[in-house]
Amino acid sequence: MNDALALRAAAEQQASALPPLLAAAEHLASTVILGDHGRRRAGTGDTFWQYRPAQSTDHARSIDWRRSARSDASFVQDKEWQIAQSVVFWVDRGASMRFASSENIPEKATVARLLALACTILLIRGGERVGMTGSDLPPRRGTLQIAQMASLLSQDDEADYALPEARGMLPHSRAVFVSDFMGDMAPIEAALTSAADRGVRGALVQILDPQEEAFPFDGRTIFESMTGALRHETLKAGDLRNRYLDRLAARKDHLTQLARTTGWQFSTHHTNAPATQALLWLYQSLAKPA
Amino acid sequence: MFTLGPIAFTAPWLLLGLIALPILWILLRAVPPAPIRRRFPGVALLLGLTDAESQSDRTPWWLLLLRLAAIAAIIIGFAGPVLNPQAARPGTAPLLIIADGTWADARDWEARTDRIAALLDDAARSGRTAAVVTLTAAPVDGPDFQSAEVTSQRLPNLSPAAWQPDAATVGVFSETLTGRFDTFWLSDGLARDSRATLLAELESHGTVTVFQTPRSIVVLRPARFEDGNIVLSAARTPSGPALSVPVQAIGLDPAGAERVLAAVDMNFPAGSDVGEVTLSLPPELRNRISRFAVAATRSAGAVTLTDDALRRREVALIAGGGDAEGLDLLSPLYYLREALSPTADLIDGTLDDVLLANPDVIVLADVANLAATEQEGLLQWVEGGGLLLRFAGSRLAASDVGRTTEDPLLPIRLRAGGRNVGGAMSWGEPKTLAPFPEGSPFFGLAVPDDVTVTSQVVAQPDPTLADRSIAQLADGTPLVTRKTLGEGQIVLVHVTANAEWSTLPLSGLFVQMLERLAVTTRPSSPDATELDGTIWLPQAQLSAFGQLNDATSEAGIAGNVLARGTAGPDLPPGLYASEDARIAVNVAGPDTIISTAQWPARIVVEGLEIARETLLKGWLLAAALVLLMSDVIASLAVGGRLKGPRADVAAAALLALLVGFSTHPVAAQTADDFAIAATSNVVLGYVITGDTETDEISDAGLRGLSDTLYRRTSIEPAAPMAVDLETDELAFFPFLYWPVIANAPLPSRDAYAKLNRYLRSGGMILFDTRDADTARFGSSSPEGRALQAIARTLDIPPLEPIPDDHVLTRTFYLLQDFPGRTDSRDVWVEASAPDAELADGMPFRNLNDGVTPVVIGGNDWARAWAIDARGNAMFPVGRGQAGETQREYAYRFGVNLIMHVLTGNYKSDQVHVPNLLERLGQ
Repeated sequence: MNDALALRAAAEQQASALPPLLAAAEHLASTVILGDHGRRRAGTGDTFWQYRPAQSTDHARSIDWRRSARSDASFVQDKEWQIAQSVVFWVDRGASMRFASSENIPEKATVARLLALACTILLIRGGERVGMTGSDLPPRRGTLQIAQMASLLSQDDEADYALPEARGMLPHSRAVFVSDFMGDMAPIEAALTSAADRGVRGALVQILDPQEEAFPFDGRTIFESMTGALRHETLKAGDLRNRYLDRLAARKDHLTQLARTTGWQFSTHHTNAPATQALLWLYQSLAKPA
Repeated sequence: MFTLGPIAFTAPWLLLGLIALPILWILLRAVPPAPIRRRFPGVALLLGLTDAESQSDRTPWWLLLLRLAAIAAIIIGFAGPVLNPQAARPGTAPLLIIADGTWADARDWEARTDRIAALLDDAARSGRTAAVVTLTAAPVDGPDFQSAEVTSQRLPNLSPAAWQPDAATVGVFSETLTGRFDTFWLSDGLARDSRATLLAELESHGTVTVFQTPRSIVVLRPARFEDGNIVLSAARTPSGPALSVPVQAIGLDPAGAERVLAAVDMNFPAGSDVGEVTLSLPPELRNRISRFAVAATRSAGAVTLTDDALRRREVALIAGGGDAEGLDLLSPLYYLREALSPTADLIDGTLDDVLLANPDVIVLADVANLAATEQEGLLQWVEGGGLLLRFAGSRLAASDVGRTTEDPLLPIRLRAGGRNVGGAMSWGEPKTLAPFPEGSPFFGLAVPDDVTVTSQVVAQPDPTLADRSIAQLADGTPLVTRKTLGEGQIVLVHVTANAEWSTLPLSGLFVQMLERLAVTTRPSSPDATELDGTIWLPQAQLSAFGQLNDATSEAGIAGNVLARGTAGPDLPPGLYASEDARIAVNVAGPDTIISTAQWPARIVVEGLEIARETLLKGWLLAAALVLLMSDVIASLAVGGRLKGPRADVAAAALLALLVGFSTHPVAAQTADDFAIAATSNVVLGYVITGDTETDEISDAGLRGLSDTLYRRTSIEPAAPMAVDLETDELAFFPFLYWPVIANAPLPSRDAYAKLNRYLRSGGMILFDTRDADTARFGSSSPEGRALQAIARTLDIPPLEPIPDDHVLTRTFYLLQDFPGRTDSRDVWVEASAPDAELADGMPFRNLNDGVTPVVIGGNDWARAWAIDARGNAMFPVGRGQAGETQREYAYRFGVNLIMHVLTGNYKSDQVHVPNLLERLGQ
């Protein structure tokens, strides 16, 4: 098998994942009705917002004569304030995300990508600029960006726990971090702090498998990370349950605390729950005024 | 063989493997259960967490114990354990096995023969000759030593006798013993004088081993009559703590079947070897008792037969003349009452009432005229075996009864007026009695001089008078005459029953004469002089096992043997009869005391029980297997692998095990379920025949009928149910389908009682012989015979083929034929009333009452009705469209039948509609 063929096969394999992901993301995005994305205040934009009596500071040019002709006063047509926002995504590509406790539950990575792509579609439809952190895909608008997002999201990382990429974030833009946040907390803290320094707000979505939340294990067990790099042996897994759950709760607390101090939003999504909930939460948290 | 208590091992060296168990313990402890590998992203959170207990890495102790037990069971199992190994008895001399062979042996005779068989097996193994002897049937010419195999073949012939060996027989037997031999003596446990001498004799020939189990022996003494109650006593040995023994009084019920008439507990006080109980029973019941028996004890000692001593005859006393005011002493019945009340039960009342009670004797004192019905009843009663005893008196003398022709209720014709002798207005002296002639029932009674007769009624001379006269006055005039009538007899005493005409009632002779006439019964058993020269025929004999066998073909027994009273080879216990009297010979006398045999200390006394050799290998290996199975489940549980489907399987296995051990509550539960299922809806039932195919067809047939009913009528039955006559309650079912199969077993007595109750309370049974009625009402088909056998004890009214106007022909459909899979016209139902009349303007009779309790036919309806799960007919009926029509008619018959069951004669009541309308119009 020569290189060209291998490349072709790999490309086919990659591409084959895209349409379903895209389709699923489109499907998910279609469940959210657009409409509360506008700024709901007068500003620069294309869309009519309201008529208001002309002030002395208004240019005569800006008076809407058609409206003014129907009454004695002069009116000015306000446009709705429309600013194209930049939203950058960071989706954990680490091996830990490729975990599903049962065949009936999707992998965490699948859910994370689906969520990110569905949100991307919604944002693009809303006229925002969407991209990825880092330098791979700077924020742009247009449906082509969706396809590019999809192809980038489909890439996997070999490391157990991927490090967050905080570069490439425009000041005062929005950011979405989707991960299980199971790895080291220091890089995440650093990334969030640097983002907050630049005035970037956003949302942290923690994707967890129900088994990670319940720890339903017993007996002598060797726990291995997805790559096998990390391992922990216990003789009575049942005894560890409470302590594990304590640590998990502490980590969630830490993330919540971190989000509060940096002005971000934090939520946990379980892979056995419908993705729509997470999508709605994510969309609304992005829609909140900065 | 290595013996350890009651267990021996065939391969004891394997037991050394048990030493390895502690090593195994250490090894198993050292190896913890294998870990499970799990992919888990949350491992990052686990890093650094240590286990709380370092101990738990070892296998838990109970799991270790389980495994060790399994392995120990395997090792011990293969070592070949044997429970109760038989030890060999050394010796080469011939073997004499003596069994007492008395009634006390009978209770556990099988155990004794088993023991003897084991001893003979032993003797056969060591090549010894052996002889088996019972002392109650000791061979006259000494024991016959033969090879043990031959002797053991004769063992089944050995049986105990219902008496004890007497010293003379045992003495004769002990004199026949010669040579050296060892003796095994199976004692019945009762002390006996003859034992010591026989034991000494046996010991002079070789070693003696005695087998005797300490056990309680109870022997019933004859029941006696005391103050109107039956007193029953029993002796027991040993006299230990207080004991209560259930005793049953057994006799024939009015239907002639033997049954327990009364049951009572006899209590032995602690330390006493005699127990007593008093039974107070109504005379009717008391006279029926034929024996008393200790319940559930198979021994002649536990049975005591009753004879005349316990019977009290019922005597009805009726005086003529109504309520004449007078002194008691003048009452015609006063002396009779005095003479009879100690030994007989007296009945008073009018003749009609008395006849209903069917007494043994009716005494008519000076009763002359009887109403025609009374006379008829009395005649019938005498012909059935009653004794009518009449006394003369002024009324009889004055009446015209038996003047010209012989009155059927008088033994002779009477002359008018009678005669007076020795009175103030007459010549002569009062007459005395002549000695009783031979052949008279009074023969042998001494005639006291002071009995005189002053008046009497006089018999007309007749050719039969001499034969009928059984007592005469000194001048030859008959005083007592008798004639037989049917099975009974009529006796006329020519004087009054009071002291008016004679002094006879004042004398002791009066009582004796009544006794001889069997008006009263003998209060105690006859003495030797009375019995001398008589022959008594055995009626029934008691076996050693306490069974009463018919013995009427046995030879009679001389009275002097009977007078001895103790049972023996020449006088087996039983019931002996002579003419009117019956004497019971029982195992125990009225004063019998029994005690336990004591043996000298030098004699080895062993128990009777032989413990059978039991190989335990299989059980131990099975136990090991079970333990290993549970180890599998336990290991999974410990290793945290008992989750998901595995846990379900384990739980199911455990549940199956538990359910297997606790079926009883489930059974109780199902009885309730059955009742609820049968009563929550109309349910058609079918009787389980025991033939699976027939039962399935019945079920399918009734399902088909139920479906049809559901579709066509307002009856909406639930699925049909199988009914087991023995266990299930029938009252829930309005209708039972009963297919009769040729080899149907008869229902039990309880089931019949249930069936009859069911039929009487309005249930209906459809009997289906399924033989197309080829034999015309089942006279000779196998099913027909089975049906006859089944129906014999059922309470079934007279039957007739369904008449054209039967209500079954119009309860829902108008039908004239009742086909099933076959089409025979003969279907039988309860016969209509014979006086049924044609209804006005209707083509049928007025037949208003009753649902027929049975419908009998052979048309194999179930097959015609049967449908499978998809509702298709299961069996072809006839051919083509005609067949389908026949099936349709079969369904219609079914609908009509169930309608008839549920609505009764409603359709028949329609004949009254015109009348009702007419009345409403008014």
